[in-house]
Amino acid sequence: MIEIEGITKRYGETTVVKDVSLTIAPRTVTVIVGTSGSGKTTLLRMINRLVEPTSGTIRLDGEDNRTLPGFELRRRIGYAIQGHGLFPHRTVAQNIATVPTLLGWDRARIDAKVAELLTLFQLDPAAFGPRYPHELSGGQQQRVGVARALAAEPKVLLMDEPFGALDPIIRAKAQDDLLAIQKHFETTIVLVTHDMEEAFHLADRIAVMDKGEVVQYATPAEMLVKPATPFVESLIGAGERPFRLLAIETVADAVEPGAAEGEAISSTASQREALSALLWSGRKALPVIGPDGAVIGKVSLEGLAQRAAGPA
Amino acid sequence: MLRLPNLIRLLAFAVLIAFLTQPQWFEPLLRPLVQQNAPAIYNQGSLLQLTLLHLRTVAIATAGATVVALALAILVTRPSGAEFLPLSRSLVNIGQTFPPVAVLALAVPIFGFGEKPTLIALFLYGLLPIFENALTGLTTLPPAIMEAARGTGMTGRQRLMKVELPLAMPVILAGIRLSVVISLATATIGSTVAARTLGEVIIAGLQSNNLAFVVQGGLIVAVLAVLIHDGLQAAERRLGSRVGR
Ligand SMILES: Nc1ncnc2c1ncn2[C@@H]1O[C@H](COP(=O)(O)OP(=O)(O)O)[C@@H](O)[C@H]1O
Ligand SMILES: [Mg+2]
Repeated sequence: MIEIEGITKRYGETTVVKDVSLTIAPRTVTVIVGTSGSGKTTLLRMINRLVEPTSGTIRLDGEDNRTLPGFELRRRIGYAIQGHGLFPHRTVAQNIATVPTLLGWDRARIDAKVAELLTLFQLDPAAFGPRYPHELSGGQQQRVGVARALAAEPKVLLMDEPFGALDPIIRAKAQDDLLAIQKHFETTIVLVTHDMEEAFHLADRIAVMDKGEVVQYATPAEMLVKPATPFVESLIGAGERPFRLLAIETVADAVEPGAAEGEAISSTASQREALSALLWSGRKALPVIGPDGAVIGKVSLEGLAQRAAGPA
Repeated sequence: MLRLPNLIRLLAFAVLIAFLTQPQWFEPLLRPLVQQNAPAIYNQGSLLQLTLLHLRTVAIATAGATVVALALAILVTRPSGAEFLPLSRSLVNIGQTFPPVAVLALAVPIFGFGEKPTLIALFLYGLLPIFENALTGLTTLPPAIMEAARGTGMTGRQRLMKVELPLAMPVILAGIRLSVVISLATATIGSTVAARTLGEVIIAGLQSNNLAFVVQGGLIVAVLAVLIHDGLQAAERRLGSRVGR
């Protein structure tokens, strides 16, 4: 649980973050979005005290984050940034081992952790551990950056545009991997992005920042249906709203009784994927199969159209 | 596998060693440079011994300059020392603009003749390149990497030792290399105040109008400078490829 209470940051005369209060539930993904310069990075960096707030309090699991010295606090909080920031003079294994080494873990425990994380990120420990960062592709470097952030098993992971430097295909894969890893370690993730698509894909809750203030803090569905301000509405993109609505829900929620012809779709796919399949194949309905492969009903064009409609 | 440049270096080194240990082998080559009866090979001391003393003087002065310049560069790139940056820059610049001959002249009355005034002149002269390079190296580190170092929870000292110095090392080494090469040449003038360097050979040649002495003294210094320069540059390149610069 992260409780941000009345946090303000001023540089001289300019207020960069203005009286922000947010409560972030444990084991969730919170995404901070907003235009460039709206104070997202500054807010994020006040959580691990890379930036000290001018006023206000941040508590982690009830404890003020100023109880520990800054460097000790940061060893407990994962931090991953755009452009990964890997140490070029250290191998992949040494990079991942950074925080455990600072914490004084013994060699065997560190080696086991490095191997576990590399495997989890689909990098063969024997092949990739001894390499230097410049010998990896952009996507691999980014994965190692996240692995390094997770190495000391932090409860909280802060990410500042972690996928910003990746091309779209690798990016989508990295996002899915992140969600899987978040489930696996039950990490609380706070992620900054300016990509709304990414925000809606990853977030349990979204905080929208505008000129240093949080103008709306809500679940993706709430935000779509009831944007708090015209700024939020424009950020979502009026033309994208029905599609975003369908994208955040799964086919399982839209299953209707009945049968349909042709190729089936999985109940875990998003409703947007179902709509896309319907339009592309020119059908009115698709059969839906459950996790066990059995047909559990159909999803129809008409049904999805109703779900995509905003409040009257 | 020996490539041509390395072959040439090896050859130069072998010739240098041969010349220092068996100078009489080269007598026929130098003979045409002197008048009849005059010696063609330096005969007022051992060339090998002078070379070793020359190298020792340069090594001591450079080691001192490295320690002081590096400490200064580290100090002024810490947040607590940033206000001393302009002051230390001008101090080191003065060290560089002051001609070594003038340093010698000023130091002799205080420290007497011998090695000390030379060490002081070389030390002051060697500071600037090392300091400037260390400063460049420590202030141009990639921001994302510095951010990551803080974000992983390294203390200031850990960042310096584990990240900043290793990454700046190739640039710092380049400064030391520059300083060594300047000192190797400048050390010769130390012999005007009785320091035992290869300058003795050159000065003896000038005094007795013996061109062969001047040439052999100059050539030994030049070959030393080239070989040491190359050696340090190779070390920098190996470090540089490691840190991905
Ligand atoms: N150290 C600093 N000193 C002065 N101004 C800063 C500093 N850091 C950030 N700012 C300013 O604060 C504003 C918000 O920055 P930032 O939090 O990085 O925004 P975002 O991440 O949303 O793009 C910007 O206008 C930026 O120029
Ligand atoms: Mg930012």
